[in-house]
This record gives sequence, C-alpha cells and structure tokens, in this order.
Amino acid sequence: MARMKFLCDAERCIECNGCVTACKQEHEIPWGVNRRRVVTINDGVPGERSISVACMHCSDAPCAAVCPVDCFYKTEDGVVLHDKDLCIGCGYCFYACPFGAPQFPQAGAFGQRGKMDKCTFCAGGPEADRSEAEFKKYGRNRLAEGKLPACAEMCATKALLGGDGDVLADIYRERVTIRGRGGEVWGWAAAYGPAPGKGQAPAAPAQQSGGKKS
Amino acid sequence: MTRLLAALVAGAFALGLAACGERPQVVTYKQGTYQGKPDTQPWSNPPFNGNKEQWEQAIRTRMQSQNEYKRAS
Repeated sequence: MARMKFLCDAERCIECNGCVTACKQEHEIPWGVNRRRVVTINDGVPGERSISVACMHCSDAPCAAVCPVDCFYKTEDGVVLHDKDLCIGCGYCFYACPFGAPQFPQAGAFGQRGKMDKCTFCAGGPEADRSEAEFKKYGRNRLAEGKLPACAEMCATKALLGGDGDVLADIYRERVTIRGRGGEVWGWAAAYGPAPGKGQAPAAPAQQSGGKKS
Repeated sequence: MTRLLAALVAGAFALGLAACGERPQVVTYKQGTYQGKPDTQPWSNPPFNGNKEQWEQAIRTRMQSQNEYKRAS
C-alpha cells in the first residue's frame, strides 16, 4: 500500500503560489487559514530558494502524539487526518508540528480559536465520502475520486509532487540524474553540513548534462 | 383545587422523567487510541464501488503523469 507524501523540488519552485491558490479554491478555505504556503529563503538575493510547505503526513506524527483528545488517525495510505467533532482547538498540535501545518480559524469578534484545520492530502475526513458534511468540515475528497491533491496536480513547474513516497523518490532521482545537480538540496550533507575532514558536500552524480533523456 | 394539585404532581413527574432519556454528554477518552468516528476507504464509494485495484491504477496513472520525462518520451 502506498505511503502518501509530498515532495517539493526547491530547484523548480518559482514561488508562484499556485499551490496555495489551488488549495484555497478547491476546499473553499476561509480567510486567515492557509493549509499550504510557500516559504522563501534568502528572498530577493540571487540564489533564493522557495519551498511549498503543508502537512507532511508524518509517519510518526507529533501532532497525534500530543493531542489530548486523540482525534488524529492515519489512513491505510499514510494520510494523517483528524476528527473535527472531537477536536477541542487547544493548539497543542500547532506547537508540536515542525512545519506549522495546523491552522486555527478565528471565530467571532474576539478572535476565539476554532477547531484545528490542516491539509488533508485532499482525502476528506471521517464523514461519508464526497458528502456535503465532509466538504464543509474537511474540504473536497479528491482521493476518493481517484485524483491526487490539487496543489500537486496544479503545480505548473511540477516542483510540488504528491503521491506514494517511493514513486516520488523515483521521479525526483530521475530529475536529479538528468539535470546533473540538485541532489545536494536534500539529504544528510544539506542538513548537517559536510562530513568532518571533507571540504564540500557531496554533489549529485552528473551522468548527463541537462536536456532530455534520450 | 384537587385537580390543580394533581396536574402539578403529574407535571413534576413528567419533568423528573425527562432526565431519564438524557444521553451522557462526556466522552470517555482512552489515551493513545483514536477516539473519533470511523472513516471509509477512498475506493469504497462510487466511482470505484469497492474496487481497490481500479482505484490504485487511477492513482498510479496520476502519479506517473507528474513525471514529464515519461510524458514527453
């Protein structure tokens, strides 16, 4: 069975916010709630990098670990979802999440915090599939329609990929091999720097220099 | 007077019984396990009607369409 994941290729993301707009439009997300957003590092400086961030549907989700009412569950495909009828809007999940994925709608004149809302991988929630109740609470259930998340399918440069982690890894590996660079963006060296005694982070193997695969 | 008293007593009984049909309002939590409503599988409803293979094929096709190197060649 698939393990649904997102992968954002920072070499391709052009910060167009198309994924954010697609998500907002698909699920009719209210003002102030952003299930997905684009983060840019070194904005305005040559060599800036952007990455689209939402719930990463963690294998060992910290939001689920800290939830006092245990409203989180994981589907057979590895999508982390929650039951809004059970959520008390405490905000623990927001503090636990390293990606800032949980969002809280501001309800009322005094800004009372509503129930948590987050990316569902376009898989809806614990209501009848493609029902009105499911759409109102969790948004559209594209997975039940045999489709992938709107953000990934809408991405113009195909920087954002969504689907089974193994398939995404294969697609990304093929890209890196063809363009001959970009492998250093991810991995151990990018996270922790070059290994002691080595000057440079290991680069991706340059088998072909750009262009299409023959 | 007796009628009024009888009506009052009957009313009090009715009010007292009203609480008997009350459902418990508090959820009893079992720490560490999901407490919410069950969810269905994405393939269990139309258009797939429980055909998991067909759903997986649809998702696989969509996933591969994200690889433009495969689409182009």
